[in-house]
Amino acid sequence: MTSSPDIVLVGGGGAGLRAAIAIAETNPRLRVAVVSKVYPMRSHTVSAEGGAAAVIGQDDNLDEHAYDTISGGDWLCDQDAVDAFVREAPEEMLRLEHWGCPWSREPDGRIAVRPFGGMKRMRTWFAADKTGFHMLHTLFQTSLKYPSVERYDEWFVTKLLVDDGRVQGVVAVDVMSGRIQPILAKAVILCTGGCGRVFPFTTNANIKNGDGMALAYRAGAPLKDMEFVQYHPTGLPFTGILITEAARAEGGYLINKDGHRYLQDYNLGKPEPKPVLRSMELGPRDRLSQAFVKEHEKGRTIETLYGPVVHLDVRHLGERVINAKIPFVRELCLKYQNIDPVRELIPVRPVVHYMMGGVHTDTDGVTPLAGLYAAGEVACVSINGANRLGSNSLPELLVFGARAGRAAADFASTQQVPRSIMMAQAEDEKRRLENELLRKERGSERLAALREEMQNTMEQSAGIYRSGDSLARAADRLRGLQERFRDVALQDQSRTFNTELTAALELSFMLDVAEAIVHCALRREESRGAHQRTDFPARDDERFLAHSLASRNGDGSCRVEYLPVTITRWPPGERVYGG
Amino acid sequence: MADRIALQVLRYRPEQEAEPTVEQYEVPCRKDWVVLDGLNYVKDRLDGSLSYRWSCRMGICGSCGMMVNGEPKLTCATFLADYDPGPVRVEPLSNFPVIRDLVIEMGDFMRKLPAVKPWIVRKEEKPLPEGGYLQTPEQMDEYKQFSMCINCMLCYAACPVYGLDPTFLGPAAIALAQRYNLDSRDQGARERLEILSQHDGIWGCTFVGECTKVCPKDVDPAAAIQRYKLKAALEWLKPFFLWGSER
Repeated sequence: MTSSPDIVLVGGGGAGLRAAIAIAETNPRLRVAVVSKVYPMRSHTVSAEGGAAAVIGQDDNLDEHAYDTISGGDWLCDQDAVDAFVREAPEEMLRLEHWGCPWSREPDGRIAVRPFGGMKRMRTWFAADKTGFHMLHTLFQTSLKYPSVERYDEWFVTKLLVDDGRVQGVVAVDVMSGRIQPILAKAVILCTGGCGRVFPFTTNANIKNGDGMALAYRAGAPLKDMEFVQYHPTGLPFTGILITEAARAEGGYLINKDGHRYLQDYNLGKPEPKPVLRSMELGPRDRLSQAFVKEHEKGRTIETLYGPVVHLDVRHLGERVINAKIPFVRELCLKYQNIDPVRELIPVRPVVHYMMGGVHTDTDGVTPLAGLYAAGEVACVSINGANRLGSNSLPELLVFGARAGRAAADFASTQQVPRSIMMAQAEDEKRRLENELLRKERGSERLAALREEMQNTMEQSAGIYRSGDSLARAADRLRGLQERFRDVALQDQSRTFNTELTAALELSFMLDVAEAIVHCALRREESRGAHQRTDFPARDDERFLAHSLASRNGDGSCRVEYLPVTITRWPPGERVYGG
Repeated sequence: MADRIALQVLRYRPEQEAEPTVEQYEVPCRKDWVVLDGLNYVKDRLDGSLSYRWSCRMGICGSCGMMVNGEPKLTCATFLADYDPGPVRVEPLSNFPVIRDLVIEMGDFMRKLPAVKPWIVRKEEKPLPEGGYLQTPEQMDEYKQFSMCINCMLCYAACPVYGLDPTFLGPAAIALAQRYNLDSRDQGARERLEILSQHDGIWGCTFVGECTKVCPKDVDPAAAIQRYKLKAALEWLKPFFLWGSER
């Protein structure tokens, strides 16, 4: 690791590893560094459960996948991006099959598919209900055979190095030794995933702090559509552990305290004993989470120690189907909730799950900042618009991870070695970390308290339903938290594996991301997909058929501008579910 | 059930102390709290300098393995109430060097992984346009169990052979080799066999089965190792049986 790599990948999850392999296959002479704050197989892709969508069946076609995605996204998707996505998803999924991914099979050995929310056809490939786990391990293990891929495991990136309008590397902390070091490169690809931990109740792992979003934002790359935060309708109370949509795709019912399948009261179709595509429990996630709030307002949810819940009922599927198709659901319920879904109802409530927004990129993962690329949840291409459909994010990280990898490889092949002037910038960053965090006089603010305040502010103001008043208050509060963060107290001044230092850096990233979310939400005076404003309940294509672009001003405040949505073949229409 | 429980946590800060010490913390003992919740309570409210790894809190990322009262456990799936009235001893995984507090050095495993070629090996790659490989559910069942490993390192902490001989590839790496060997799409079994039989470790496994007992994902590495030994022994014997016919 003495000389510089050609390309630095920040993050070693699905998108990062797919990008690394794409670079290695495009140009084996390029040296790729996968810089990840956790060992790659710990990355959050591992937690994805239900499946990955790609057209495979005879009765299916690319246009239908595109239409489901675009209508599911409430017409905020860029349709050229969606076209590329649905076209390339099948070959990407097949490539993973060739690499050994244990996709679930039909009895004759062909790939099996299952229904999924908002999808009109069965096109969701799955590896039981540990799809993300198997995809990640397949990608990680396959990546080991490429000698040009080097890994910096447990290195925490704190800053992008920018010179002459071009990103030329990163500064990172080697967590084990505490050494702060620049890693120069001709191109940097951000693959750090989402930012669910900005909220108090989330399916997201502890490592999901919007690192890449904040790194890009601070370096001058805009964030796009940050107000669109997906609540998954079925998380376990207290832990927020995800109960996959596959539980409903296999036939599970959502019922209220009276045992009533309440989704029929929210324009989502009629209850049938068997699952009906794009209907009832297989409606899109935004609509289901919103129905939960309405149901709660009507007093028809069940009160628990951890707030209101409804019930997910899979008992009628029987033990055999549950064990074959959703074994992880049973395992999670038994281990973490002490209930057996074969015999008991599963308590569930909406939980923050996914970020539709992210670093603004084009369809090749290119950001407006030269030398900087992004792919996966950290990026906003946008194929997900105002609401992502379940099972689109896994193929997204393959398609756009590969595209970003190829684009960065082409770019890096034409670039000179970064200038040594970057070392001065890196020294500045090292001094900043030491002075502001490691060698500081005792501060007066407690790290965990600031984090909790941020999370509660977000839940109260930027949750499933929002209003201008509460968002404005949240913006003020976040500004205050940014100020108070300067006075944060760290008890740990040591270098070796200092997780208090990394937690502080993560909180600082999250505060920036939270501000971007709130400002974008405040400015969008309409309701679309996952962004519901009680003071502007209707969609307003006249004013807001546009992407929000949040940029950071010199003083740290947030500026929001708009970019038109690319509409090609599907003019904005009404979202119809339930037949 | 008492409403609080004592955690006795092994502390080791190499910059400050030569030897590990034990520190005791009182944490709430709630019905649905796991050991990891207790550690997070300590870090967030009592002592910010405590270091440990964790991420998904749903038993799939493999980060939070530690010794709990002497047994290797995923702390996100180990309930405090099961140890009521306490105290609960929390230590870093056995058989590994300790970096700091509850954080172990697992570079050895990471270096061993590529040695077993944990990827599909083909004499000839099938071009993508020709579609996927067929694999029946029965064929998948052959290797499925060995594909469930989350690399949590509990089996290494439990393995008496690894404890004595760190050159031993270890349960998870051998199970992973077997995962690919048994995959109908793979043709790399012979290459892997050569690597595995080079290491004395595999023969050192005495089939104590501790690895299988502690595995949180029912991977059964002990079975993988035994099958491997049998296969390796047969391969070794093969030339003797085939002597006449091949000449």
